[in-house]
Order: sequence, then C-alpha cells, then structure tokens
Amino acid sequence: MRPLFRFNGGIHPPQHKSESAGQGIVPGPLPKRLVLPLHQHIGAPAKAIVKPGDRVLKGQMIGQPQGPISAAVHAPTSGTIHAVGLHALPHPSGLQDLCIELWPDQEDRWIDRQPIEYREKDPTRVLDHLRSAGVVGLGGAVFPSAVKLNPGPPGRVPTLIINGAECEPWITCDDALMRERSGEIVEGILIMRHLLDAQEILIGIEDNKPEAAAAMRRAAAASPFPMEVVVVPTVYPTGGAKQLTQILTGKEAPSSGRSSDIGVACFNVATAYTVHRAVNHGEPVLSRVVTVTGNVRQARNFDALIGTLLPDLVALAQPKDDTDGFIMGGPLMGHRLPALDVPVVKAMNCLIATSPALFKPAPRPMPCIRCGRCAAACPVKLQPQDLHWFAKASNFGKAQEYALFDCIECGCCSYVCPSHIPLVQYFRHAKGEIWAREREKKAADTARERHTFREDRLEREKKERAERLAQKAAAATAQAAGDGAAAQSKEDALRAAIERAKAKKAEIVPRNTENLPPSTLSEIEKIEARRAQLREAAATKSLDQKED
Amino acid sequence: MSSPYITQPTSVNALMLRVLGALVPAIGAYVYFFGPAILVSLLLASVTALLCEAAMLKVRHYAADAFLVDGSAIVTAWLLALSMPPLAPWWLVVVGTAFAIVVAKHLYGGLGSNLFNPAMVGYAVMIVSFPVPMTHWAAPETLAAAHLSFAQDLRYMFAGVLPDHLKLDAVTMATPLDTLRTQLKLSHTLSEIRRLPIFGTLGGIGSQTVALMYLLGGLYLLFQRVITWHIPVAMAGALALVAGTLHGIDADHYASPGFELFTGGAMIGAFFIATDPVTAPTTPKGKLWFGAGIGVLTYCIRTFGGYPDGVAFGVLLMNMTVPLLDAYTQPRVFGHAEKETTRGKPQ
Amino acid sequence: MLAALWVMAGLAVVLGAVLGFAAVRFHVEDNPLVEKIDAILPQTQCGQCGFPGCRPYAEAIASGAADINQCPPGGEPGIRKLAELLGKEFKPLNAEHGAPKPKSVALIDEQVCIGCTLCAQACPVDAIVGAAKQMHTVIVSECTGCELCVAPCPVDCIHMVPIGEEIGTWKWDPPDYSYGPTA
Repeated sequence: MRPLFRFNGGIHPPQHKSESAGQGIVPGPLPKRLVLPLHQHIGAPAKAIVKPGDRVLKGQMIGQPQGPISAAVHAPTSGTIHAVGLHALPHPSGLQDLCIELWPDQEDRWIDRQPIEYREKDPTRVLDHLRSAGVVGLGGAVFPSAVKLNPGPPGRVPTLIINGAECEPWITCDDALMRERSGEIVEGILIMRHLLDAQEILIGIEDNKPEAAAAMRRAAAASPFPMEVVVVPTVYPTGGAKQLTQILTGKEAPSSGRSSDIGVACFNVATAYTVHRAVNHGEPVLSRVVTVTGNVRQARNFDALIGTLLPDLVALAQPKDDTDGFIMGGPLMGHRLPALDVPVVKAMNCLIATSPALFKPAPRPMPCIRCGRCAAACPVKLQPQDLHWFAKASNFGKAQEYALFDCIECGCCSYVCPSHIPLVQYFRHAKGEIWAREREKKAADTARERHTFREDRLEREKKERAERLAQKAAAATAQAAGDGAAAQSKEDALRAAIERAKAKKAEIVPRNTENLPPSTLSEIEKIEARRAQLREAAATKSLDQKED
Repeated sequence: MSSPYITQPTSVNALMLRVLGALVPAIGAYVYFFGPAILVSLLLASVTALLCEAAMLKVRHYAADAFLVDGSAIVTAWLLALSMPPLAPWWLVVVGTAFAIVVAKHLYGGLGSNLFNPAMVGYAVMIVSFPVPMTHWAAPETLAAAHLSFAQDLRYMFAGVLPDHLKLDAVTMATPLDTLRTQLKLSHTLSEIRRLPIFGTLGGIGSQTVALMYLLGGLYLLFQRVITWHIPVAMAGALALVAGTLHGIDADHYASPGFELFTGGAMIGAFFIATDPVTAPTTPKGKLWFGAGIGVLTYCIRTFGGYPDGVAFGVLLMNMTVPLLDAYTQPRVFGHAEKETTRGKPQ
Repeated sequence: MLAALWVMAGLAVVLGAVLGFAAVRFHVEDNPLVEKIDAILPQTQCGQCGFPGCRPYAEAIASGAADINQCPPGGEPGIRKLAELLGKEFKPLNAEHGAPKPKSVALIDEQVCIGCTLCAQACPVDAIVGAAKQMHTVIVSECTGCELCVAPCPVDCIHMVPIGEEIGTWKWDPPDYSYGPTA
C-alpha cells in the first residue's frame, strides 16, 4: 500500500452519484443547430477560418489557435456554416461571445483522419498535433494540454498523476468514462508519459467508484509501462489537482508556481482519453461526456457533441415539471445558467436540473460568529472568516495579504458556515474587483505615458517649425535688405513665425475638403453653419451672463 | 447567487442550542446541591436578555424573527446566571444581564462583533459595583444551618426578606476559594484547611460535582464539534501547570492542580466561557495562547489578587489580545513557505 | 531646580540633534504630492475639470487652486481617494464639470471620414491613426474616451460607443443581503 497524505479540512456532502452512475454512456443528439464558441479554453481565443455558407466535414478545423496558449475548434459533424457571430455562452454572466453556428447535414461525414505514430515523431510535432486537435484539460480548467505536456528539460516532471477522483456531488462523467473506456484512457496516459518522459504514473480514484477503479486496474495491468491505480478516501475536494497531488505525493505545489515545479503533471482521465483519440485515431475533440442529472426522470451520461444547445441535450433526460433551473458543473463549484439556450462546451462536465425541493433556497445569512469552521474546512488553510471581512469592507490589499488568490473557490467554507454567509461569492467579487483595478491602473499608466509623449512631441515640433521659419525669413531679409538690420529683422521674423503658428493652431479649419462629392460638401457646409450658430449662441450667452 | 448551492444543515441557532443543552447536567447538579433558586435566576436572566435583545434589535433595525431566536442571548443569560451566586437578588441578575446584552453585546455591534464576552462583562460590572451580594453564596444543602423552602427562596430573591428566625449567615457561606484564601491568611496549612467540612475530594462539596458536570457538557460540545479542544486544554493545562509547580514547591500554601481545576469557575470557564467563538481567536495557535493566558491569569488573580475568582477577569483581559493573537498566529497557507523558518534559514 | 532645567534642556538639544541627523541621514525619497494626485486621476486627459489634462489638474489641486470634485471620469471613487490622500472632506462631484458616464471609446464611421486629421490632432493620447486624405481609425485599446475628437470632426463621423460588459472582464457582484426585517 502506498502511503497517502491528507490535505487540511475538506467536507463530506451528500454524494448523489447513484442517480447517473452505472447507466452507461449514451450518445447525445445530432441536432439541427450547433453553436461552437471560439473561446472554450484558457488563453487566446481561436480565430474563425470559415465563413457563412462554407461546407465543412466532421473533424475539420473551423477555429485556428492564436498565440502560444490557445486551442483549435472543430466542426463536430459535417454541415454548412450558417453564421459567425455572437451567441450566449454557458457563463454565470449570460453574456455573449463569438461563436460559429453550424447547421449539420445529418450525414456525419468525416474529414480524412490522420493518426500519428507518437513514438517516432519529434515531441514538438506531437504537441503541435494536440494543439491543432483542440485538446484541453477536460477536468474543468480547460488549459491547453499541449502547453502542459511540453516537457522542458529532461527529467523535470518525473511523476504523472491522472485525476479520476471526481469528488463533486452528482457528477459521474469521469466514472462512466473509466468504466467503459479504461483501455483508451491508458493509451492516452502512455502518450502523455512518453511526451513528459515521466518515470512514475499514479491514477487517483476516490473509493466511492470501485467499478471504475477495477476497470482502470485491469487496463493498467495490460499496459507496457507500469502504472499504479491508487484508491483514495472520498472527501471533497480531492479532485483539485493540487489536492490530489498532495494526497498522492505529500508535495505542495508552490502558491506562485505550477505543479511542474515540484516534478508533477496532473491530467484528468477525460483529457487522457482525448489525447489517445487525437494521436492514435486523428480525431480532434468533437464531443465530451456530460452528466445530466438532478431533477430529471432519466439521469444519464451523454456523449454530447460540442456545440449542442442545452435544450436539445436536456430533453433526452426528461426534466421533471417542477424544474426551475440548471446548474452547469457540480453544486459546489458550478454556476446556475441564466438561460438554457447555450451550447455544450469543452468545460461542461455536468448539468444538474434543480427544483426547490432538491436545492433549497439559501438560508438567510447571519453575521459571522467567528466559529472558525470555514478555516477548519479550507483545503488551502486560508482564514475565510478574516478574508470575508476584508472583502466586505473592500479592503482588497489586506485580502491579498491574507492570500486571497490562493483560494480555489471550492466552496467548503460556504458549505460549513453556520451563519450561511456566501463566502465564496465575496472572494469571487474581491478577485474580480482587484483584476479590474489592475486593468484600470494599467490603462491609466499607458494613457499618462502617451499623453506625456505627445506633449513632448508637440513642444519639439513647435520649436523645430519656428526655427525653420526663422531661418527662411532671415535668409530672405538678408538678401533683400543687406546686412544692416539683419539681426533685428531675424528676431522680428521669429516672433512673426510664432504668431502665425499660434494663429494657425487657434483656428480649426476643415481640411482636405476640395475633392469631395457635392453632397458631402453641402453637408459640411450645413455642419459648419450649425457650428457657427452654436458659437454665436455661446458668445451671446456669455455676454448675457456678463450683463447679469 | 454564486455557488455553492448546497449547505450543511447547521445554523447559529443549532450551535447555541447545543451549548444550552450541554449546560443542563450542570444545572441539574446545581439544583440538587444548592436548591431550585438557580432556576429562578436562569429564568429571570433569560427573560431580561430576550427583552433587551428585542429592544436593541428594534433600535438597530435588525430582523427580530432571525436574530431573537438565534439563541445567543439565552446563552449569555445562562452563563451569567450560573456565574452569579444562587439566591442572588432579582435586580442583581436583571441589571447584570441587561448590561451584558445592551452594552457589552449590542453597543459593540451585536452578534459576532463584540470584543468582550458579554456574560463576563456583566459579571465583572456587578462584582465591581455590588461586591457584597455578589459574594453571598448559598451554602450546599448538606452543610447549611437552615433550609429555605422554594417560596422562601423567592421571597428572599424578590423582596430581600428572610424568615424571621433566620439570619443570612445561616443559608449562605463563603465559597471554597474564599474559604481557602481566608484560612490561609489565618496561617493554617493547606492540609488543615482541606479537612474543613466545605471541601470534598476534588473541590467544594456540591460545587465539585457541578464542575464535573460542566466537564461532561464540555466533552459533549467537543464531541459535537461545537468547540475545539485548544482553548479548554490550554486553559486547564496552564492552570494545572502553574498550580502544580507552586504546589510542588510549597504544598502547605498552594492548592493542588486538581483543586484549582474543580473549584470556582475553572470548568465552566474552560469549556463554556473562554470558548465563546466571537470573543476568542480563530487560529489554532491563537486559541492555545488565549487559553493558556486565561489559565495563568486565573491562577494569579485567585492566588495573589483580591477577587473571589479569576476566570472572569482572565477572560476579559485575554479578550483584549484576540486581534493581536489572530494577526500573529496565521497558519501557513497551502503552497506558501513557512514564514518563520524560511527567514532564518540560510539559502 | 536649576540642575533639572539644565538636564532637561541638554536632553532636548541632544535628542533634537539626533532626530535632525536621522531625518537627513535616513531620508526616504517620497513621491511629491502632485505625483500622488496624478496617480489617482484616471488619465482620461479630457479637460472636463477645466485644466488641459490630468497633470495640470493634479498640480492645481496640490497648489489649492482647484477642488477635488471636478473630475467626472474619476467619479465618486476618485473623489474619495483624493479626499483620503489630502485629508479633506468628501464632497459630491461638481455638476458644472459634467456627470460621470459609462466608459466609452470613440469610433470613427469609416464610410464618412474624409481624412482631415483634425481628430488626430485633438487626441490627447495619439490614439487616432491615419494620414491626410486617408481614412482614420481609433486604436480602441489606447482610447481614453475623452470625447475631445468628437467636436472638431467636420463631418460628424465620430461617435462615442460605451464599452459593454464582456465575458473576459465580467466580475461577480458582491453578495447582496441585509440583517434587516424582510419586507
């Protein structure tokens, strides 16, 4: 037995896994419309490389990655591009972002798939392949996997951790994937190991998923490279990458750095699966397993196409009549969807239909009594009771000092709070506010710099012009009047030049108005007349005021 | 609303109810040894606390339906009533409770914001203002020269009238701690003093059983995770350590650690008063310092000071240090270097 | 008595000398007041305060020639910060200088633009590019929303477009609840 470590606190909320677990993965719908957001990952959004009317095949790239941290977007089925425009995303704000709308032709015709032999290829070519296959972390962070799989100096990442913990209530998509596709997950793990040149592979699974652990054990036993399936105690949030790393290795990823700083890379099981599909089958990320559960008659795990609009998907699970909303993700870290007309994205692992009976309205918040249960439950050992005061008082500097940005927003503190204070919302608000202030400050600094530069430029130009004019004038007078009064007239000319420059600056005159069509000219005249009137009005007004 | 969308089925109210429940065995022992008068004090304090709370909530525009039933006022009332002498006159209880709720709690910001433990503020104000009635403790029924009926109890508490043939001395006597102090001043040795009928094996007759019941209730709170072990252990430990050291040096003049722990307010203080979360530190290390501070102060005030017991002043003095303790005992955050160790270590 | 006086006087002289020496020796270069005020101002350079730019306004505040409530883009939060810095009482924005507006950027209608360069000359942060007789455009990321380019345009082709909320910059509201009675 491998010695296991513990993180601080954690909680044991009701599991609600049995509703959807063990029902198998059911194919999702092939709807009439698919909406594919161009920004489904951390980093720069992909750039649309199709236009309305284009015919695309299943697996064809329609959004190209931009910049070093980005991921591609593909057509999940064959069809016609209907539009490239704004559409609401599954985001707590309900705001819109750039999406590609695809109308499937229902033929589901594949593009020519090109698997690659990863053992023989240069690692950078495999990474490029993953990047253009749109592979991102499917555990929720949606960070481009190609960036994380970049090994750096040899031996930097000796330990590869595969995260099958799935600790949040209701969610069973990873469980289902591990039960049914353990062999393919192991194939993906082998590719990742090869890229990172890791020496040790640990697969962490919570002990509430014995079937998944057994399936993974069987698959791991058949693997050419040894990998260990480690069953860990069920406690939320074991599935956090840093928490699972701590449980399995006892190491803490530094607050300011990454897991790779302590020689660990952590990937979700579903990510391993997509790596395998992309490399060994040439299939980009076109679908993902989504748990649809909660207040529904048929809770299931659907293999849903990315871009499927949620009403199409949810209908298959048959929501009950008293359903009053949907949560994307789990009940602890997910968020309520302001509207259901949003697409499945790579980050969507679960959809929970809610009803007032299943998710009771939050009890009324009471003042903090400093009981310290939040601190006891916090997996990163923060002091939420202090942080919430700082956030509430907009004392953001102090909040940062108390390590606000180490908060992983797991929700343990809010869950255990006897006063029912929405602690996590305070922390989310404070983080957003700090980021906004940083942005504002940066913008102000840029504006100040540019303004100063402009002032200097104007000053310099003025001086240069004046000098030039003075030289010309001096030369002219010198020729005309001889040497006698040259010095005097030079000074005069200088003064005159400055006067002219000033006058020119004071008078704003429309320019480049010669070669215009008559309609525009007449428009300009009208505008000028209006301006003159305004000027007059202003002048009389100020006169009136003076008379008063 | 942001996630999480589920919460543990717990509340301030539930925590306070458990504290009240944990006090019940001790109250039972109290009634058994000192008569039912304490029940009247408890009722009187509770009613006063609720009335004051309601009035203050109204003045401060707080929702009475949520805050009046949160149980915190009753906890303050019970702790104060249990700290006062049984048979305390009604006005003593009422004024003490009113001061605790109105001044110590609400004028400092109400639930969650008060710096000082309200019950202990009420107690301290009363003992400073009315030292005489605050030290008339009912004698245990087995030792008292005369017994009062419950009706006579009430008459004394509300009208200050004792039955004609009785004097106050017949029904009250000095507390074990007071007895110890006076006897020591009379140059008796500890072993002589401990043979007096007021003392039992642990502390005073009757009060030692009450203290044991507080311990029992405290263990229930620990088991229920309403409180953590840090403050009670640190306070009892520090008290026992200081007492043990001095007792070891001079057993004739300094009481044993067991005696110190089971007399006076040590047990109720360690498990019920010092653990009030609002006025205690929140960090584990801070709690240890806080408890230890109270233990040492309690011992010092008891042994070298002029007041009958030191718990209340120990708690109040340590309440003042809470913001400082919290600030200087922040635990290391996950993924951060240990501040103290990294600073001193060579690279 | 006299000895005591001497001792006290001597002590005062010695301590004063030590303090004076420390003040010179360990002098910490502090930002001048103008810099601190300028750091609070939003750098819109719009001139609504009555001064030609943020820095002149900062200088005027520092010298006492201007009040702290003349900056509409900075709004109330800005006034609060200035009040705190200068130890003054907070006062609401002076309406003579305009009202705070949602942050906007200028947008040139490129169909109408005649390339006169007047807007580019008016822009305080050089955020408009375009040569004479050629269409101009605003560098949105550099635009401070000062509106100074709007008036000079001879064909009225510049409009202020409020910056809407975007997913990337969206932020959670703080929790909204009170301890008061439910209505």
